[in-house]
Amino acid sequence: MPFKKITIIAAASAVGIVSTAFAAGHLTPEQQRGLDARQAHMSLYAFNLGPLGGMAQEQIPYDAEVASAAAANLAALAAIDESAYWVEGTDTSIEGTRAKPEIWADMAGFEAEQVKLVAATATLASVAGDGLDAMKAAFGPVGQSCGSCHESYRAPRQ
Amino acid sequence: MARWPLLGGFAVVVLGAGWFLTRPMPLPDDALAGLTPDPQNGAIVFAAAGCASCHTAEDGPDDLLTGGKRFASPFGTFIAPNISSDPVHGIGGWSDLELASAIVTGVSNDGSHLYPAFPYTSYTKANLQDVVDLIAHMRTLPASDVPSAPHEIGFPFNQRITLGPWKALYTSDEWVLASADTPQLERGRYLTEALGHCAECHTPRDALGGLQKDRWMAGAANPSGEGRIPNITAGALTWSEAAIAEYLKSGFTPDFDSAGGEMVAVIKNTSRLTDEDRAAIAAYLKAIPAISNL
Repeated sequence: MPFKKITIIAAASAVGIVSTAFAAGHLTPEQQRGLDARQAHMSLYAFNLGPLGGMAQEQIPYDAEVASAAAANLAALAAIDESAYWVEGTDTSIEGTRAKPEIWADMAGFEAEQVKLVAATATLASVAGDGLDAMKAAFGPVGQSCGSCHESYRAPRQ
Repeated sequence: MARWPLLGGFAVVVLGAGWFLTRPMPLPDDALAGLTPDPQNGAIVFAAAGCASCHTAEDGPDDLLTGGKRFASPFGTFIAPNISSDPVHGIGGWSDLELASAIVTGVSNDGSHLYPAFPYTSYTKANLQDVVDLIAHMRTLPASDVPSAPHEIGFPFNQRITLGPWKALYTSDEWVLASADTPQLERGRYLTEALGHCAECHTPRDALGGLQKDRWMAGAANPSGEGRIPNITAGALTWSEAAIAEYLKSGFTPDFDSAGGEMVAVIKNTSRLTDEDRAAIAAYLKAIPAISNL
């Protein structure tokens, strides 16, 4: 009898260990899609920030058309409903993401950050074609909005 | 048998001498004589020294130094005190000399050692004109009547007497970058090593919590336990000086990622400096030894 009991406990522990390891190493397809989508979304922000930042930093000449297009893209990106990206279990407990558990623990605070970004990018889009100074003035708050969310909800690199 | 009292007596003498040599040593009474405060420069010193990053409440206003932020460490959790202008709960009742002593010598107005979570080991290199300017600026900021919370640290670290020997080991007014032969490098060294106290996070610590100066700015474990504070020597940070200066202004990296974590609060401060000051910090980071990641 004791032998059987030990076997059962051992088998149960093995299952426990294996399933934990599986959870750490493998994502469900839904989790993987969410992770891929939000990282792609971040790349699109960076891509569109590029020309605006280059102009704001006076590394490239101001071009009203390019600035307006990039700012419109940022505003459109910010307005996308991202709620399906943030699948449970895709925080820093898994490999390949710096999304802090605070996102899920404080979803209202996290969403408030997106609301700020929507406002800042909408303002930028409305003035990006009105000259370098107007664009620059509206670009600062967009950067602050990026930082504000990353301050609380993104972990440092390992 | 007679040896024991002798040994005991010897131990008392050694401990007494140790206490005496490492006793709290505030500034001398006339240290600030002849200095006229300039609160406008004080506002710049306040930003450069990063006071608000630690002493404001989470999501609180930038100028209300009410305290309460928690800083985990291997020795326990330190809680930033109220250093607003409130005469009871803040520093409103401290004299200029008491405040300057706290900032550059780590001695409180009650004569005890302060914990080095308050980076006086960096501020000790600040010049006293900047310190009196800073104090004048702090006196213009609003008061908060929130009492300071006690630090949450256990024995033996809760015995402030142990800080005497610690300070003797780890406090030095020598620059880490020994030679800064241009005015820009000198300014960059001052902003980075003294006021900005960048090394407090970017340099690893030894078992006693002292900075490992042979790995100056080469990155460190994050005391919060999460990720790493990056190596910002040229051994790992390959950005141009202009890119570093821009990051300190807008928080954007060259590929338009943004600063995150604790660095967001730092950028809030560095964005208030002049372009020249940010360029000086960047020049300093390029001048210190390049150290590879371990």
